[in-house]
Amino acid sequence: MDLTFSEEQDELRKVVRSFLTKHATEADVRRLAADPTGYDPVVWRRMATEIGLQGLAVPEKYGGSGFGYVDLGVVFEETGRALLCAPYFATVALAAETLLRCDDERARGDLLPGMASGETVATLALTEENGRWDEAGIRLTAHDKAGGWRLTGVKTYVLDGHLADLLLVAARTPSGISLFAVEAEAPGLARTPLPTLDQTRKQARVEFTNTPARLLGPEGAAWPALERTLATASVLLAAEQVGGAAAALDAAVEYARIREQYGRPIGSFQGIKHKCADMLVEIESARSAAYGGLWALDAGDETETAISAALAQAFCSEAFTKVAGDNIQVHGGIGFTWEHLAHLYLKRAKSSEVLLGTPSYHRELLAARLGI
Amino acid sequence: MELDFGPAVRDFRDELRDWLAEHLMGEFAEHRGVGGPTDGAAWEVRLAWDRELAAGNWLGVGWPREYGGRGLGLLEEIVFEYEYARANAPYRATGNALDLLGPMLLAMGSEAQKKRFLPPILSVEELWGQGFSEPGAGSDLASVRTRAERDDGGTSFEGTSRPIGVESGGEWVVNGQKVWTSFGIHADWLYVLTRTDPDSRRHKGLTMLLVPADQPGVEIRSIRNLAGQDEFAEVFLSDARTDADMVVGEVGQGWRTAMATLGIERGTTLLPQQLAFEREAEALIGLARERGALDDPMLRRRIVDAWISVRIMRTTNLRTIAELTAGRAPGPQATTAKLYASTRHQQLGHLAMELAGPAGQIVDEDYALDTRQRSFLLSLAETIYGGSSEIQRNIIGEQVLGLPKEPRP
Ligand SMILES: Cc1cc2nc3c(=O)[nH]c(=O)nc-3n(C[C@H](O)[C@H](O)[C@H](O)COP(=O)(O)OP(=O)(O)OC[C@H]3O[C@@H](n4cnc5c(N)ncnc54)[C@H](O)[C@@H]3O)c2cc1C
Repeated sequence: MDLTFSEEQDELRKVVRSFLTKHATEADVRRLAADPTGYDPVVWRRMATEIGLQGLAVPEKYGGSGFGYVDLGVVFEETGRALLCAPYFATVALAAETLLRCDDERARGDLLPGMASGETVATLALTEENGRWDEAGIRLTAHDKAGGWRLTGVKTYVLDGHLADLLLVAARTPSGISLFAVEAEAPGLARTPLPTLDQTRKQARVEFTNTPARLLGPEGAAWPALERTLATASVLLAAEQVGGAAAALDAAVEYARIREQYGRPIGSFQGIKHKCADMLVEIESARSAAYGGLWALDAGDETETAISAALAQAFCSEAFTKVAGDNIQVHGGIGFTWEHLAHLYLKRAKSSEVLLGTPSYHRELLAARLGI
Repeated sequence: MELDFGPAVRDFRDELRDWLAEHLMGEFAEHRGVGGPTDGAAWEVRLAWDRELAAGNWLGVGWPREYGGRGLGLLEEIVFEYEYARANAPYRATGNALDLLGPMLLAMGSEAQKKRFLPPILSVEELWGQGFSEPGAGSDLASVRTRAERDDGGTSFEGTSRPIGVESGGEWVVNGQKVWTSFGIHADWLYVLTRTDPDSRRHKGLTMLLVPADQPGVEIRSIRNLAGQDEFAEVFLSDARTDADMVVGEVGQGWRTAMATLGIERGTTLLPQQLAFEREAEALIGLARERGALDDPMLRRRIVDAWISVRIMRTTNLRTIAELTAGRAPGPQATTAKLYASTRHQQLGHLAMELAGPAGQIVDEDYALDTRQRSFLLSLAETIYGGSSEIQRNIIGEQVLGLPKEPRP
């Protein structure tokens, strides 16, 4: 039974936290939120070279260090806590996972090492104007022309799509959903950054016009792999949400201890104290939801993963939003300002709530997976 | 997620499974799933079942052998609770002594007390009641007023023979009133928080005493709970007597002793309750399917949420168990678990009653309730006993999050 963290995992958490405390400070977050590219390439490289975060869970044969999902979850909890502005979720939780799950050993050998080493920023382009995360939502088409495959259509809400060196694209071919790799320099690729509510995580609209693409895995067989990727990413996002919520609670508690009204710290009033206690209940429950998913992933149990992934998104999304909102409430007027960090957590919460499908959608997935 | 702790524990588990399969029969099997920490239903059958367990040497798995236990470890205790709950065996009537008093005596009792009191707990020969709360001291337990005074003339002990048989040279005389004593009418003994220094205030000057219930100075009257059961009681102590060496811990240190029993509820005791909640949720999904309620999107959503809740309770609990068995201090979830579970269990009860529809309004003769009605009504106690939800929030706020304390008088 490993339902608890090992000493190595505690150590990993410490290392990541101390790195982010130095390199993803409040000032960095504000600067990068205002910056159109949205990340700092120097920090990105150091994440890869100094602590190997991009390749942490990538198997060693593809240049990674072969750790498990619980380890990766620890990292996402910390990046969430720090509101890290970097294409980390897109590259690691979406793109690398997609490759690991698609049946194409050559592509893995070609593409994963670059991601693991931090040289390649990658993302998954799945959603379209309809905003759906299911198989039916994929309309973009691929044609097999002389000289290879070409894509035509639009993807949007693509995480870090404007800056990714590599886009993995889900498209429809006559035999079904297939997966393609598109290089940033490919002709017929037009990328437009989208102004985002959550400025700490950028998105783009990506247009393909007869764009050359490399088919990954067997044609028409990509959906099961994508579905599994989405489940994994759901769990990792949940871990990130837990970290964000925990940071919001820390801020609320710190403020409640020092801010005085009526001659007493506001944290000594039950209205505030009990709110903070309820925030912790939400967070610890969300932790259980997220950790349950991480453990299922490491156990390699697909049914259990599918169930706990939907559960994690249904629960952790709302928990983060609730806690982030309560943090603003505890801060009063100052919490409602642009200057205070509180709104950044709220916005991160609100947009990660829909990033991989809404909580209602995940409840439906869960119901279907349970046969309810 | 299944618990598996390796081969040694597996043998223990198999032995237990076999035993349960063989003994959970007849009347006992009919009372599967009956009971709970506050449920007085089928008391006699459950007591008989406890004795059956005792005969199989299954009570006190983790207690030392010299006091009648099995001398096994925390892992076996957890496996016991888990398998027990999996088999849906009746809730143990003597849970109070097994989960609270026993561990308190093991931690703070004198050797003589352990020898005298632990074996009859495990053989279900003596039942215990917890006398902490008073009419004027509920959440604010430090304001107990029940007084105990030494009477060193001490030859007037009117109970049966001296409880420990040690020439102690004195007695305590106890006066006051306790209330909400669970299963108090069945108690042979009470463990009572008393004030032994009349001039003391709050946490100081309190003493924990073991008091025989069967004596003229102790009057126990049952109080009907909202489900119509004679489950808890009020206890009047008028010159009740107990032997001088019936102090647990030290004189004047009763608060410490009390806190040791009220301390963080361990994962082992929460586990069976949560497995029971899981079973309720499953039954509810079955009922919803039967009634076609799954087609109603609002109900469907609440049902999925109920399922999510019980799954989260379980994982939270497993986290605590994993930490305990790894020899780590339990994380904050060990403190938040009660608040979450009690709140969510009440929601489950409301949902079950809604699904039952009009049939849920009808009870049997003599206000006999079905499992669902009983579970719903009794769930209202879960946010009160063992520290109310408000007190839990104070504890989380002050002890876990480090927020400033409430101003105290
Ligand atoms: C089913 C059941 C079984 C029980 N069994 C036993 C037993 O075996 N032995 C025993 O000794 N006791 C037992 N109790 C008593 C239980 O411990 C108390 O009921 C509990 O501690 C609450 O005390 P009270 O009932 O006096 O309510 P009060 O303390 O008067 O509380 C009333 C309300 O005020 C709130 N409140 C109180 N103080 C505060 C505060 N500081 N801040 C905010 N809100 C506050 C409470 O949360 C509650 O909502 C049992 C209770 C129940 C319901």
